[in-house]
Amino acid sequence: MSYGTTIKVPFGPQHPALKEPEYFLFEVDGDIVVKVTPRIGYVHRGVEKAFEQETYLHNLYLAERICGICSHAHSTCYTQTIEGLIPLEIPPRAVYIRLIMAELERLHSHSLWVGIAAHEAGFDTLFMYLWRDREMIMDLMEEISGNRVTHAINTIGGVRRDITSEQATKIKKFLEKFESNVKEYTKVLESEQTFIKRTKDVGVLKPRDAIVLCAVGPTLRASGIKSDVRADDPYLAYGEIPFNVITHDGCDVYARTIVRCEEMIESANIIRYALDHLPEGKIKVPPPRTIAPNESVGRVEAPRGELIHYARSNGTNKPERYKVRAPTLGNLASVCQTLIGAHVADIPLILAGIDPCFSCMDRVIITKKSV
Amino acid sequence: MSVRKWARIRSPWLIHFNTGGCNGCDIEFVAAITPRFDVERFGIKLQGSPRHADVLGVTGPITMQITKRLLRIYRQMPEPKFVVAIGTCATSGGPFKDCYSVHGGVDTVIPVDVYIPGCPPKPEAIIYGIAKLLNKLSEGEGEEKVEEGKVIKESEEERREKEAKGH
Repeated sequence: MSYGTTIKVPFGPQHPALKEPEYFLFEVDGDIVVKVTPRIGYVHRGVEKAFEQETYLHNLYLAERICGICSHAHSTCYTQTIEGLIPLEIPPRAVYIRLIMAELERLHSHSLWVGIAAHEAGFDTLFMYLWRDREMIMDLMEEISGNRVTHAINTIGGVRRDITSEQATKIKKFLEKFESNVKEYTKVLESEQTFIKRTKDVGVLKPRDAIVLCAVGPTLRASGIKSDVRADDPYLAYGEIPFNVITHDGCDVYARTIVRCEEMIESANIIRYALDHLPEGKIKVPPPRTIAPNESVGRVEAPRGELIHYARSNGTNKPERYKVRAPTLGNLASVCQTLIGAHVADIPLILAGIDPCFSCMDRVIITKKSV
Repeated sequence: MSVRKWARIRSPWLIHFNTGGCNGCDIEFVAAITPRFDVERFGIKLQGSPRHADVLGVTGPITMQITKRLLRIYRQMPEPKFVVAIGTCATSGGPFKDCYSVHGGVDTVIPVDVYIPGCPPKPEAIIYGIAKLLNKLSEGEGEEKVEEGKVIKESEEERREKEAKGH
């Protein structure tokens, strides 16, 4: 039913549904959203400029702090880009250790997100269960790298810490338990009527729209499109490891949840395979301090989607230009599209559906040229 | 101990605000309310509205664009109010302190009661920091704040805001 007039509903920057400050202005007609205007930039810190002021080694730690959830994805992408600049081949064992950490991070990020989605849908019990299981991953990562969130395990030319055989056994033991738990939760999500009613046909993103609006990652895969940097442009050791790219034809929030649940199982298989085929040898080669003029691009499949870093060197020990293109920027246009026609009550769920990470994405927008 | 003070110490309501952080501290903050750490056993409750909150937990360096919003949220909170700076960025600006669009730590904009360093601080550390704040309150700091502190605080706040504008 249309009321003929619209009301403007502000959302954010401080909002209980989002942990990050981001502002959306919704124009609603009755209960239906008719227009969405995002206003990004609250978290803009000037990371790209900061990159230019520090040395390559210092920037490693800055790269991890672009995003606190996919910190390893950012540091992998950074090291990959810089190693492309030099160019430098890293030892196979380091490649596998990076990959194992990346997949562990995907497990933690996805379980975090499925928990948040359950919470937004009003299913708090599952939220608590998933976050309880997530603590096991955090413990593992702390044991391997020494830190829960910012692992600092990557370095230019390899990794800083090795995975011992005891740790490998521990990871495998954990995977067994985690996998059976995730399977159980997936079963619950697939059969729980309240969750299905809340998420099915909510925030529908048609495959064509997903491509036109440049959606990436699980959001794109939940629209039935097989796209994953790990399979399309294998980096690290993904070319050697058999795995499936999970897709779902649902195109809605429910599909996004199931895609992430199944990706967790797939990640667990990847880690198991990588641990079984962990090559022996060095974990690090020394990198040069200065890098000759060159350009390089790194692509990584972060938990949220395709992540691109670009670097240009000028012969000194600092990059001349550094650019980060985070997955949320790709997904933002699609989420604004899917929000149109949605009910006001579904806004948090749809917004959370893309697994937004605004800290990666925020940049300056100049809206008034005259100022 | 007055009833109000007793209630304040036994059940502080927290509001969380990210002022430009990388999400690391925020997720650790949320992890603190989940089963392993469970801050609710101390009566600590996460709140959505600043008007109901006693403690403002700030994560991240203060970016230029968020400054006004932070001040607005701070003003909306009822007295007595307390601020906890969570993480290195909120404490001092951390790795972003020299960035062109960052003011620095939270104390460049609003007064801070407790600093929790760490990048990011573990949930245990966050709980410890809040427990320290509650300790401070039980020693009687909250009382002064209502009676005399308010005027001083307001003027100090205005001064900081002016400074922030000039930055």
